[in-house]
Parts: sequence; structure tokens; C-alpha cells
Amino acid sequence: MTKSSKLKDAIADFLLGIGDMGAFISSIFKSFLRHGVNFQEFSRQCYRIGNQSLPLISITGFILGLVLTLQSGPTLAKFGAESMLPGMVSLSIIREIGPVIVALIVAGKVGSGIGAELASMRVTEQLDAMEVSGTNPISFVVTTRVLAVSFMLPLLVLYADAFSLLGSYISASTQYNISLETFFHKAFDVIHYKDLFPTTIKTFFFGLSIGIIGSYQGYFAKRGTEGVGEAANSAVVKASISIFIIDLIVVNITQLLT
Amino acid sequence: MDQALSNNIVLNVSNLKKSFGDFHILAGADLDLKEKQNIVILGHSGTGKSVLFKCIVRLIEPDSGGINVLGQDILALEDEKLTELRIKIGYVFQGGALYDSMSVRSNLEFPLKYTKGAKRTQAELNELVEEALVNVGLIESIDKMPSELSGGMMKRIGLARTLIQKPNILLYDEPTTGLDPVTSGEISELILKIQEEYNTSSLIISHDLKCIEITANQVNVLKEGKFTASGTLDEMKHHEDPFVNSFFK
Repeated sequence: MTKSSKLKDAIADFLLGIGDMGAFISSIFKSFLRHGVNFQEFSRQCYRIGNQSLPLISITGFILGLVLTLQSGPTLAKFGAESMLPGMVSLSIIREIGPVIVALIVAGKVGSGIGAELASMRVTEQLDAMEVSGTNPISFVVTTRVLAVSFMLPLLVLYADAFSLLGSYISASTQYNISLETFFHKAFDVIHYKDLFPTTIKTFFFGLSIGIIGSYQGYFAKRGTEGVGEAANSAVVKASISIFIIDLIVVNITQLLT
Repeated sequence: MDQALSNNIVLNVSNLKKSFGDFHILAGADLDLKEKQNIVILGHSGTGKSVLFKCIVRLIEPDSGGINVLGQDILALEDEKLTELRIKIGYVFQGGALYDSMSVRSNLEFPLKYTKGAKRTQAELNELVEEALVNVGLIESIDKMPSELSGGMMKRIGLARTLIQKPNILLYDEPTTGLDPVTSGEISELILKIQEEYNTSSLIISHDLKCIEITANQVNVLKEGKFTASGTLDEMKHHEDPFVNSFFK
């Protein structure tokens, strides 16, 4: 096979992949509009996602706040601006670092889990069994997971933000003797509605992309155990890239609007 | 369509073709399944037996040809009608295809709860689940998880989950593969019992001679994407084509 024909095949595969993904997203929305969502399964997925991610997010969030304060503190101290530390840390965590870090963790933990689970269901013909028994697997398996990640991610980000601020406070209080009241007063003083709204929207879309990409990779996994690993791996890689792309788009839109 | 039903034909496959790239899996397969008939399909690996089953329930769309199920052209049906007809075709998967995150009870309740228009009380669900499990002899496994079941038990539960929707036609994909001879014999007897109790017609993919002997009214041989021979087991055993004979040696 020549290089040019390989390139043609790669471009064709890429375009076909986009088409397939578009059709998959459309089938999720169609299924949601026609059948709604199975609340019991949706709740089960929400619980699983939250339960799976809480310990990791608590630790990561706490260390994130601690490290950010440790690194930024000395620079601000050089300019005698230690009092700006809580505001700077809270703004950067809530607007940018918190959502992106948590989304990447969820992509790694939950996105890969969805990819592997659905791929395993494909390989063992469980999805086929649902379809032939008259149950719509998109509605029961995919929509519930996609919605659960989209719903849970903003909550997990808020939770991680709280732990980050706690970590930041501990670091700031030991280094600069800042009281709890002063720290949180200064931290929340700089946060406005215009900071929270785009962040929440952004994390919702992060969740949507993690759910859709994880489900897509699993739902269309190739047969065999190799396909399961491949689906989990692709889910993480593609969801992580999508998080940065969505972040870039939302930041640009937010800056245009403000 | 009524012609087929008046001849007691519940499933008709005509000139069915399916290719994957340059590989022609089904190259004009024809088949008639009559009421209360059990047809065993024989063929080497990769000759399209499972593809035929998946085309019948439209998990795979054939390239051309016709499939008539219970008087309806399944290839022409839209989503809702297709779902209704699929419920009348029970598909028993090779490994059971049990939902591994659910208990046996939930596996059996699942198709009853989540198919469109299905509204049953918990008491009705319990009764149907227990009846299906009694029929496959596994009532004691009702609250077990699939991971706690043996291969033979999984196949039985898979069959029970299919039966709970009271299908008219059953498609068995290698029901005894990978089982010891005793369990294999039990499953074959169960297939026969189910046919008598539920008045079903069945297509069975199998290479297990014991299973064929117990279950088959007719044996069809698939070669290079077409059915090249059909008849009773005795006729097939003494068939002039050495390819057909080779399955019984």
C-alpha cells in the first residue's frame, strides 16, 4: 500500500468516524426525547460515578489547593501582596484548574469504566440480547450513563473546589498566619456569578463529552478482549482531548461576552 | 405473507445475501421453518450460521433477499413494529448473554419491565420469573449473580429469559457448545421439552451429534453461504455428498 493510499484511508476513516459519532449522538438525543430516561438506572449510575470518584477527587483537590498556595505564596510575598493569595487561588481553582483537573480525573476513572463496561457488554452479546428482547440499549445503557456523568461532574467539581480551598487555607494559615474568616472572606470576595455560570456550563459539557465518548468507544468496540482494552484506552485519550477543546471554546466565548 | 402462514411456515428466508467487504458470507440462503419444527443448521465455522440468525432478527442488515417472520416482512418494518416482532423471536445466545451487573431475577424481569407498553405488577413479575426458572430447573438460583453460575446454568438462565416473553420462534446459537456431555444432553432435552410445552418452532446451530439426535426434525447444511442439503438426520447421515457426511463421522 502506497503512502498516498494510506493517507486517503486515514482521512476516509476519520470522516467516517465523525459521521458515526454524529449518528450516535443523534440516536442518544432521539432516544431521550422518545423514551425519557430510566430514573432508577440513572440514579444507580450517579451513585456509582460519585462513589467511584469521591476519594480520588478529595485527595487531588486538597493537594491542588495546597500546592497552588505553596507555589504562589512566595511570589506574592515578594510584592507584599500576601493578602491577595486567597482571592488568586480561589479564582484560579474555581474558574479553570478545578474543572479541568476534575474532568480529567473523571475521564480517566469514569470514562474508561464506561468504555470498558459497554465494550464488555458488546463482546458478550449483552447489548444484542437487549436489542432482540425489545429493549432499547441506547435508552437504558447509554443515555443513563451520559446524563449521569453530565449531572455529576459539576457537583464533583464543586466538591473538589471546596477541598482545594481547604488545602489552600491550611497552607496559607501555616505560612502567613491568615485566619479562617479572613481567608474565606477574601477568597469569596473575588468570585462573582459571571465566574460560576460559565464554569458550571463548561463542566456540564465536559461531562457530556466524557459520557458520549466513553459510550461510543464501548458501544462500537471490536469483538474480543483486545477490543475492551482498546475501548477503555480510546475513551480516556479522546475524552481528555475533548476537555481541552471544550475549555478553549468556552474560555473564548466567555471572553467575547464579558 | 398469508400464503406462508397457511402452509404453517412461521419463518421464510429467501435468497438472502450478506457480504463483509469482498467476503460473501451468505450467498443466497433459502430456508423454511414450519410450525413446531426444529431445524438444526450445520456448517463449518465462518459459513454464516450466526450471521443468518442476526439477519433474521435484524441485528445485521442483509444486502438483499427476503425474511418473512410470522407473516411479516421483517426487513420492511419500522422501529416500533420491529420491536413487537422481535419479542416473538427468542434468541438464545451462545454464552447466555446474561447482564452481569444484575441478579438472575433482575435478568429475567428486565425484558418484562423495559419493553414498550410493558406494565406488570411486582407479583405478576415474580410469578412469571419463577415459572420460567422452574421450566429450566433453576429456581434455586433466582437470587444468584451470573458470576456465580456455571456455563450450563448460564445457558439455561439465558433460555429462561428468552422464554419469559413467550416467543413463537426460538433461535439457539450453539446451545451445547463448551458443555460436558451430561449437561449437553440435559440442555438438548430441555430444548425438546420447551418446544412441546410452549409450541415453539426452533432453528438450532449445533455440531453436537447428541443434541442433533435429540432435537432435530430436520437438518440443513450450509456450505459457501447456501443451504446445499436438507433432510432428516438419517438422510443426512447417508447423504451422497462427502461434505455432508463429514459432520457425522
